[in-house]
Amino acid sequence: MNLAHVLLEIWLARFDILFGLGLTILVSFTAIVAGTILGISVGVALTYGAWPVRFIARVYVDILRGTPVLVLILASFYIPSVAHINLNALEAGIIALTLFCGSHVGEVIRGALQSIPKGQMEAAKSIGLTFRKTFVYVLMPQAIRQAIPTWTNAAVEIAKATTLLSIIGVPELILTTQQIIGRTFLSLPFYLMIAILYFLIDFAIERAGRYIDMRVSAAQGTVP
Amino acid sequence: MSSVLQIKNLHKRFGQLEVLKGIDLDVAPGEVVSIIGSSGSGKTTLLRCINLLEEFEQGEILIDGKAIGYRMRDGRRIREREAVVAKHRAMTGMAFQSFNLFPHMTALRNVMLGPMKVLNLSREEAEVLAEKWLDRVGLLERKHHHPSQLSGGQQQRVAIARAIAMNPKLMLFDEVTSALDPELVAEVLNTIRNLAESGMTMVLVTHEMRFAHDVSSRIVFMNQGQIEEQGPPSELFYNSRSQRLSEFLGRTAFKR
Amino acid sequence: MAYHLNFAVIWQNMPELWWGLALDLYLAFISLGIGCIIGLVAAFASVSKSGALRRIALGYVTLVRNLPILVIVLLVYFALPDVSRLFRLDKITSFVISLSLYAGAYLTEVFRGGLLAVPKGVVEAGMAIGLRPLQIKRHLIFPIMLRNALPSLGNNFISLFKDTSIASVIAVPELTYYATKINTETFRVVEAWSTAAVLYIATCYLIALVLRLVERRYARI
Repeated sequence: MNLAHVLLEIWLARFDILFGLGLTILVSFTAIVAGTILGISVGVALTYGAWPVRFIARVYVDILRGTPVLVLILASFYIPSVAHINLNALEAGIIALTLFCGSHVGEVIRGALQSIPKGQMEAAKSIGLTFRKTFVYVLMPQAIRQAIPTWTNAAVEIAKATTLLSIIGVPELILTTQQIIGRTFLSLPFYLMIAILYFLIDFAIERAGRYIDMRVSAAQGTVP
Repeated sequence: MSSVLQIKNLHKRFGQLEVLKGIDLDVAPGEVVSIIGSSGSGKTTLLRCINLLEEFEQGEILIDGKAIGYRMRDGRRIREREAVVAKHRAMTGMAFQSFNLFPHMTALRNVMLGPMKVLNLSREEAEVLAEKWLDRVGLLERKHHHPSQLSGGQQQRVAIARAIAMNPKLMLFDEVTSALDPELVAEVLNTIRNLAESGMTMVLVTHEMRFAHDVSSRIVFMNQGQIEEQGPPSELFYNSRSQRLSEFLGRTAFKR
Repeated sequence: MAYHLNFAVIWQNMPELWWGLALDLYLAFISLGIGCIIGLVAAFASVSKSGALRRIALGYVTLVRNLPILVIVLLVYFALPDVSRLFRLDKITSFVISLSLYAGAYLTEVFRGGLLAVPKGVVEAGMAIGLRPLQIKRHLIFPIMLRNALPSLGNNFISLFKDTSIASVIAVPELTYYATKINTETFRVVEAWSTAAVLYIATCYLIALVLRLVERRYARI
C-alpha cells in the first residue's frame, strides 16, 4: 500500500465519495436550518410562554437532551412504521437531527434571552414599546448576538452527528467510504480521509460562525 | 541605626516607557512613609518592585542590608530563582487595593496559610497566630466566614492580618482604601494607625491626604517616575518647595 | 390496525438492559477519568511558558473537537490495526481509548476556562506572602480552577455519558446495543426505544443531581 495506490483508489471512487460528502453536507444544512427555526420557537416559548407552553417545551428539551443522538436516530427510523408513516432512512434521519438540533438551539436561545439585563425590558416599556416590538427590536437582536458562538458549537455537533446516519443505512460519507473500504481493504487511508474531510467541514462551519458573528456585531455596533 | 529598606538608583521600564527613573529611598525601623502623587507617577510600581512582583532593570533594593531579587554572577546581573524570590517576598507584607483574599478559604485559613506553608509552623501554632492577628484587626468572631460573606472593609482588615501574620520586616500598603465605600474606609485606616503606633515599619501609597498627614513620619511626593520632594508632613503639606506638589495638593482639596 | 403496547416482552429482557446500562456507566467512568487527566495536563500545558507545549495542547483540542466521535471509534478499532498488528485491540479497550481521547479534548477546554478565570490578584497575594510557585498552584490555583469549572464539567460529563451509546456500533453489549437487539427480535419498537430513552434520561438526571449537590457543597466563591 503506497500513496500512489491510495490516490488512485480515491480517484476511482471519486463519484461515490463526492456523493457521500454531498449528502452529508445536505443533511447537515437541512437539519441545522430546520433545527434552528424550531429551536428559536422553543427558546422563546421557554422564556416567555404561558405555563402550559413552557411545560411542553421543557419536556421536549429535557427528553431530547437526556437521550443519546443514536437512540433518537434509531427510534425515528423504527417507530414511524408502526404508525403507518412510511419514512425512508434519510427522512427519518433528518427528522431526528432536526429535533435534536431544536432542543439544543432552544436551550441556547433561552439562555441568551434570560441573560439580557432586565433594564432593557424596562427601558423599552418606558418609551412605550409593546412586548412584540420590544422583542423584535430590542431583545431578539441582543439574544442572537449572544447566542452565535454557542449556536456555532451546536451546528458543528449536528454535522458530526450525521455520521450516525450511517447506522440506519443513509449513504452519507461514512457509509459510502465503508463500502469502498470493503472493496479495496484500504482501511487506514480511507478512514484518515474521512477524518480529514470531517475536520474540514467542521472547520468551515466554525469559520462561517465566526464570520456571521463579525457581521452581526458590526451591524449592531458591538465588539465581537 | 541600620535601615530596614534601602532603594538605590532604581530604574524600571514597561516596554519603551521608563516608569521609574532612578529612585533612592531609605526607610528606618519604625518609620511610616507615605508616598503620594498623581496616577502615572510610578508609586504603585515602586511598591510592587519592593516585594518583587515587578522586575526592575537597574538598581538595588536591600532589606535589612541584604540585596533582594537579583545577584551578580560572573559580573552579570541575574534574577534569583523563584524559590529564593519567594523567600525574599516573605520578608515584606503587602495589602492590595483589591484585597485579593483567597476566595475558597475562610478568614482564619487565609491568615494561616502563609505561616503554615512558608514559615513551617504546625497547624496548631499557625491557628493560634492567626487568631491573634484576626483579633488585633477586630475580626475574631468572623474567623470562619468566607470572603464573600464579609464587607469590603472587613476583607481588607483580614488581608492586613494575613500579611502581618508573616512577621514581615516591612509592611506595604497599596491604596488599600481606594476600592472601599466611604463609610468603610475609617475602620481600615484605624487598623493601620494602630499598627503604626505599635512600631511597625510601613510604606503606604495612598490618596487619603489627611490620613497621610496624621500618621506618617515622612511624606514622599513622586512625579513622573522620580521623587520630587520628601520630608515630614508639616513641611510637605504646609511649606512645599516644589510647585508641582502645591498644584497636586490644591487638586486634592487638602485643607491647610 | 392499531399498535398494542406490550411491555411484557421488555420486562423479560430487562436484565440485559440493566447490564447494558451498567456497562455504559462503567465505560463512561473510566473514559471520563482518563479524559480528566488528559484535560488537566493539557489545560496547564495550554497556559505554560513553553510555546511548543501550548501549541501541542491547543492543536490536540482543535483536532479532536472537530472530529465526530464515530470517526474516532472507527479509526481506533478498524484502521489502527492496519498500522501494526500490535494495535488490534478488543472492543472495550478500543472504545475506552476513543472516548478518553474525545473527552480529553472537551475537558481541556473546561479546565482551561477554569484556569483562566483564576483572579490574577489571588496569585499575587500568594506570591506576596512568600509562597513558592508549586505551593501557589497546589493551594490556590488548582482549587479555584476546579470550583470555576464545576458547572461546565457537569454538562460535559452528561454529554460524554450519552456518547457511550456509540459503542453499540462496534457491537459492545451496552444499552443501545441491547435495545436494538430487542427491537429487531421482537418488533416491539415503541416499547424498546422508549424504555432505552427513559433509562438514559433517568441516568442523566441522576448524574445532574449529584453534580448539583457537589456544586452546592463547594461553590462558596
